[in-house]
Amino acid sequence: MSVAVRSMAEYAASGETPEVLFWVGCAGSFDQRAQRITRAFAQILNKVGVKFAILGKEEACTGDPARRSGNEFLFQMMAYNNIHTLNGYGVKKIVTACPHCFNILKNEYPALGGNYEVIHHTTFLQQLINEGRVRLKDGGAFKGKKITYHDSCYLGRGNNIYDAPREVLEAMDVELVEMKRCRTNGMCCGAGGAQMFKEEEKGTTRVNFERAEQALETGANIIAANCPFCTTMLTDGVKNKEQEDNVKVMDIAEMVAQSLAE
Amino acid sequence: MHLIQQILFLICAGVAIYIFSKSVVRIRRNINLGRDEDISDNKPQRWRNMVLLALGQKKMFKKPIPAFLHLAVYAGFIIINIEILEIFLDGILGKHRLFAPMLGMLYPFLIGFFEVLAVLVLVACLVFLIRRNVLHVRRLWMGELNGWPKTDANLILITEVILMTLFLTMNSCDLVLQSRNVEHYTVTNAFWITSHFTPIFSGLSSGTLVAIERSCWWLHILGVFAFLNYLPYSKHLHILLAFPNAYYGRLIPQGEMKNMPEIQNEVLYMMEPDKAPAADAAQEHKRFGAKDVQDLSWKNLLDAYSCTECGRCTASCPANMTGKLLSPRKIMMDTRDRMEAVGKNIDKNGTWQDDSKSLVHDYISVEELRACTSCQACVEACPVSINPLDIIMQLRRYLIMEESNAPQEWNLMSSNIENNMAPWKFSPDDRDAWVNA
Repeated sequence: MSVAVRSMAEYAASGETPEVLFWVGCAGSFDQRAQRITRAFAQILNKVGVKFAILGKEEACTGDPARRSGNEFLFQMMAYNNIHTLNGYGVKKIVTACPHCFNILKNEYPALGGNYEVIHHTTFLQQLINEGRVRLKDGGAFKGKKITYHDSCYLGRGNNIYDAPREVLEAMDVELVEMKRCRTNGMCCGAGGAQMFKEEEKGTTRVNFERAEQALETGANIIAANCPFCTTMLTDGVKNKEQEDNVKVMDIAEMVAQSLAE
Repeated sequence: MHLIQQILFLICAGVAIYIFSKSVVRIRRNINLGRDEDISDNKPQRWRNMVLLALGQKKMFKKPIPAFLHLAVYAGFIIINIEILEIFLDGILGKHRLFAPMLGMLYPFLIGFFEVLAVLVLVACLVFLIRRNVLHVRRLWMGELNGWPKTDANLILITEVILMTLFLTMNSCDLVLQSRNVEHYTVTNAFWITSHFTPIFSGLSSGTLVAIERSCWWLHILGVFAFLNYLPYSKHLHILLAFPNAYYGRLIPQGEMKNMPEIQNEVLYMMEPDKAPAADAAQEHKRFGAKDVQDLSWKNLLDAYSCTECGRCTASCPANMTGKLLSPRKIMMDTRDRMEAVGKNIDKNGTWQDDSKSLVHDYISVEELRACTSCQACVEACPVSINPLDIIMQLRRYLIMEESNAPQEWNLMSSNIENNMAPWKFSPDDRDAWVNA
């Protein structure tokens, strides 16, 4: 199933300006699991009539894993080129479904000449719900379901966004159960700081196994996430406990996409 | 007799203050071993943070039990210092309970209040000793605290127990002596706590009581002087440095990493060579990232001196929770140890002489640094705005950019980002393939 999506170049060619640029990110573009999140979010935007564009082939890694592994040169090169592209199109507002992209675009690009209004997709969804643009089914698929929410580090502690994703979940009438470690005290999934791309150091267990166990302890049927890396890590953690048939890890955008009113 | 005591007191006070001021100069010099960093913005917010975090102990209350015990010791420490002022002036002027006639009815009320605090401090310190040595609370009983750090912690607590006991014994004897109208012992109303202890001492002769009272008075104030000079060598230095550290704590979002303008410029000159300055104007190479304490910012070093090794950072670190070597507290302890070693080297040789050691490798291992997920839980957990993550990231930058020291997987990741614009080996042409997938 294809999604109707226009690129920034297409908008520019037709002389139109989109409402917002959807920064897809590397995971959202290439990782099969994360692609489903990307499509879900694009479908929501299409359904409610948000005029959005993507950079398409012109998008490149923000440089987050490079910078956090210590490779500042590579980060600066990626940032230089991305800012060139974004400023070339006169981009003003960016929405992204990845908290790592969100953090770096919002907080670290301005020092390099990239100044945009950057918004995470969970905050964007919350705003669309509040404005009445996204309308959710009464008695949707998640009504009354026991759901726990995993705060990603770069949305939560990194940028103090704890409530917007929870408000979206509440709008779907879910029964939200918190983990012992949540909000400012939330535990990492183990992927940040470029850990996603290497083996963990020697330890007693893996970070994602530990975090998934904490999520399973709540007895929730769905673990709601806001980050493609967390989604992957927690899914692996749930599999490790052989609970994948009972417990699903879902991005909040996927849940909203399934709950849209006709 | 009084004159000799006064002279002795002045000598002790003078020596204590002199040694302490030398320590202050040394600590200041050590902190300034770090690189310059301008932290002069947004003063109102900084004052607010200092009041909330240091004075108000806002973050301590995430753990209510230790928070209340700590509050008792902290309030006791600050408020009982008013009493130290009287003791100090009595010592200089050869008086006894100088404030009693001035404050009248208020005086026994004040001293009674101090006594209540002293009892609270005493109880809290005993509970702290039990938590450390009997209950073995995990964050207070980890391997990295073996040796001096554990001894340091116990010494602090025992000293406070002794000081409070001396203070209460002194007041008890004083009350008995007052009731006997012994010369020099100004009569006040009974103090709230020690008035219940007088029966213990009432069987003793006035001469013995004066001896005990004077001994306690002297031991107490000498103990205070000694403790003051112990602080610079102890984790307990946090009682002073928590305040500036909270003031200078970062105000930008925790997720934000500091920019490196020198590398930003290198990339700019590579992309737009016309903007590059003439070759001879090129600046001396400053090491990329941090290999040693001199490469860190002075704020990182102030952080290290402000750390009281409570381990809230390590208890919340996902790497540490899952058995990895990394412990943010150890990062701070190592930074302080290295900074003090560098300081001693300078004291001994006049200037810094290379000792063929560095913070990376000799104090903090590569394995520890690699395990960090940059989740900022350590930064969030610290009650006094210490940022271990900032140090970890600077050391990582040094490893990658100066030593090309990276695991093979990270080299692959970097070459993918460089060539395929993504950390995985996908064709950049497929970046929008999800549209039709």
